[in-house]
Amino acid sequence: MSATAPLACKPGDYKSETKPIWCPGCGDYHVLMSLTRAMATLGLPPEQIAVISGIGCSSRIPAYTSCYGFHGVHGRSLPLAAGLKIVRPDLAVIVASGDGDGYSIGGNHFLHACRRNVDLTYLVMDNHIYGMTKGQPSPTTEPDFDTALTPGGSGVRPFNPLVIALASGANFVARAYSGNPLETANLIVEAVRHPGFSFIEILSPCVTYRPDQRAWKDLVHSAPVEATDDAARAARRLMTDDGFNLGVLFRGNRAPYRPATDAAPCDQIELEKGFEI
Amino acid sequence: MAEKTSVSVAIVGSGGAGVLTTGAMLLEAACKAGWNGLMTRSVGPQIRGGEAAALVRLATQPVECLADNVDLLVGIDWVSAQRFEGEIALAPGSIVISDPSAGPPPPVLAPAGTRIIELPLAQLTKANPTWRANMIALGAAARLLGLDDEALRQIIKLHFEAKGAGVVNASVEATRAGGDSVAAVAGAFRLAPPQSANGKRWLITGNEATGLGAVRGGVRFAAAYPITPASEILEWLAPNLPKVGGTLVQAEDELASINMIIGASYGGVPSITATSGPGLSLMIEARGLATAAEIPIVVVDVMRGGPSTGIPTKSEQTDLNIAVYGLHGEAPHLVIAPQSVTDCLLSTQWATFLAEMLQAPAIVLSDQALGQTQVAVSRPADISFIGKRLCATEIAAPYKRYALGGSGVSPMAIPGTRGGQYTADGLTHTERGIPTSGAREHGAQLDKRCDKIERYDYGALWATLEGDGEIAVMTWGSLTGVAREAIARARADGIAVRLIAPRLLLPTRPVEMAAALHGVKRLLVVEQSHSAQFHRFLRAHYTLPQETSVLYRPGPLPIRPSEIYRQLTRGESL
Ligand SMILES: Cc1ncc(C[n+]2csc(CCOP(=O)(O)OP(=O)(O)O)c2C)c(N)n1
Ligand code: SF4
Ligand SMILES: [Mg+2]
Repeated sequence: MSATAPLACKPGDYKSETKPIWCPGCGDYHVLMSLTRAMATLGLPPEQIAVISGIGCSSRIPAYTSCYGFHGVHGRSLPLAAGLKIVRPDLAVIVASGDGDGYSIGGNHFLHACRRNVDLTYLVMDNHIYGMTKGQPSPTTEPDFDTALTPGGSGVRPFNPLVIALASGANFVARAYSGNPLETANLIVEAVRHPGFSFIEILSPCVTYRPDQRAWKDLVHSAPVEATDDAARAARRLMTDDGFNLGVLFRGNRAPYRPATDAAPCDQIELEKGFEI
Repeated sequence: MAEKTSVSVAIVGSGGAGVLTTGAMLLEAACKAGWNGLMTRSVGPQIRGGEAAALVRLATQPVECLADNVDLLVGIDWVSAQRFEGEIALAPGSIVISDPSAGPPPPVLAPAGTRIIELPLAQLTKANPTWRANMIALGAAARLLGLDDEALRQIIKLHFEAKGAGVVNASVEATRAGGDSVAAVAGAFRLAPPQSANGKRWLITGNEATGLGAVRGGVRFAAAYPITPASEILEWLAPNLPKVGGTLVQAEDELASINMIIGASYGGVPSITATSGPGLSLMIEARGLATAAEIPIVVVDVMRGGPSTGIPTKSEQTDLNIAVYGLHGEAPHLVIAPQSVTDCLLSTQWATFLAEMLQAPAIVLSDQALGQTQVAVSRPADISFIGKRLCATEIAAPYKRYALGGSGVSPMAIPGTRGGQYTADGLTHTERGIPTSGAREHGAQLDKRCDKIERYDYGALWATLEGDGEIAVMTWGSLTGVAREAIARARADGIAVRLIAPRLLLPTRPVEMAAALHGVKRLLVVEQSHSAQFHRFLRAHYTLPQETSVLYRPGPLPIRPSEIYRQLTRGESL
């Protein structure tokens, strides 16, 4: 199914009445649009979806949906979401983050979420800046980008989250651009449907602290090649591309995480037998 | 020689000598024969090798702590044994068993004049290569205690059956030879016959009891990051939770483990994690989230020596401050301290119950002395409480997750419930969960979270209150049993002493505490910390008698019953 097919549910059904705090023109409005459209396409009742986030402008998104949400602490959305999904496999669990929240303070959880491969969909709204704290560099900021905290630039090399995701075992890797909401919605639909840990890096401009990102709309383009199921090939492509290739870049077929549970639970009293002498 | 009602044995040796196995088997054999007892371990920092001591106390009655002194000290070897200076002190009339080829026991453990019985371990194992030195030592110790050969044989079979009949037989022979070698002092510390132990006999550690308490309380999800001395809780839960339909996940760190249990509990499943001081430190921010978002979770902290990495293998009561105060903002929560190895079961079950009932985080403040001590007991009684979370089922729009009024506990919608969609939030929020920075909403939600915890009726479990009189001992956690033993001795001398040991440290209970202290003229506070954290905590929250003194000391040297007893019997001034 594609996001342009007739919808039984309307994207509006997945929007809450809460007014976003975002600046006018912020890319995250489009991500919200894509997300609600994807939910409508998926046709899941809002109460069967949970949107989990950390802290940042981007992380405000759960409350703007009509789904269950959790706006937790900075950088910890992935483990919180994993705990939820493991005990509630019946829910669709979508995790929303930013480049500071997900790649800096939450960087360790990112690696292990990819490894663990719990059936989550991870959307990172990457604007190469800490928006909420007013413009400090993140792990994806260019080294010469001047900020109040790093006058003249941080001098530190940005990292490539998509390559890291591939190296760590993510099962689905894609790049999207918030300014293409239909395409982004389609990617989200596919990511939710794909088993295991699905990761979409969404280039989502911060118009306030990165007005230069308005130029992104002219730089982005569809990936020139089909997605691969070979992580090494996908990583090689990503390490040499211009950073603006959009679309699905890798589709893996690793089995998602399965918690250890016994098929036939016993009575609690059984457990005590181990203590008897 | 008169039969004894309590005997203490210390077995020491270097790592790999099988010290802890020997101690455990001695305890098991005694338990099998109907006695009560416990075993605590004291080990050095090495992963393998290094010094180890098994401290075993056997008794006719249930015991909750080690005795002051050791009656029988068994050295499988004396390499590094001097490191137990202070931890192992011999009683008058004690006996040391020593292999002459291992040299004399270190004088810090066995001063001049100590009675030494020679046990030629090296010679016996050389002549019989299938015998192990620790089995010979086990046989010797058992013979001095008058332990039944048959009980010993059964335990050997239990331990070594999988290794084949050859190993079982060699071990039986080795223990018999060990016993025969000390025939001259056989029965020197003979235990009086056990009181008829009715019902099932259990061997359980505090950490296992904690795991069982969680399961009995309804916990079905655990997230784990290993740390000494808490790992055994997680390692007990790992195979056992799945048996009752639950699951355990290993997390990448404690930041992850606590957030995982918050997520699982948000999904409707009672959840737990266990850690020690360093991990509890990492969990502070998320504990505040659980308070603000009103998510029930249970966090067990098995305390060890601190600060920083401290002494991972030994006990201290120094995470009290961080458990009680270690949160930014105003974050009401529960802190519950188990008082004995078996009380780890009750306390954890209760903590789970309270967390679920009050939709708040609960900390179980255990310690190494409880967690890694194994006791031989009769099966602990069942307690019936299983928390029932107040959930929203019939939901009238608009749903107010954080509705004010009533007890302060508001119905929680579990994901999947139609019409209950809300966003749980650590930001200050309105009744509907919508972020706000308004003074009125902030105050209202702070009141709500405080009131629901403060106003709850915790009943008699809030503290252990025993005895009467104008003198009282106030203590907590693993020192409760030590204080109880000291008080019993004072009572035998005709001195009436009360025991006051709060199990519920937070929220504080000023009314109940005032009643408990009513009529007390002199108070002795006892705790295992360097800065008297507990005493400072008591002073901050309660009115203590004018004449209050404090017996406090950091770990790892345990406070003994005799130290408390001496303070109690020192006359007018405590
Ligand atoms: C533990 C902690 N440290 C720092 C902060 C402050 N903080 C809030 S948001 C943020 C960065 C967010 O950046 P990003 O994830 O890129 O989100 P954006 O605002 O750009 O969407 C920081 C550092 C915090 N809330 N918590
Ligand atoms: S600061 Fe930037 S990221 Fe934040 S809302 Fe404004 S435009 Fe968006
Ligand atoms: Mg950002």
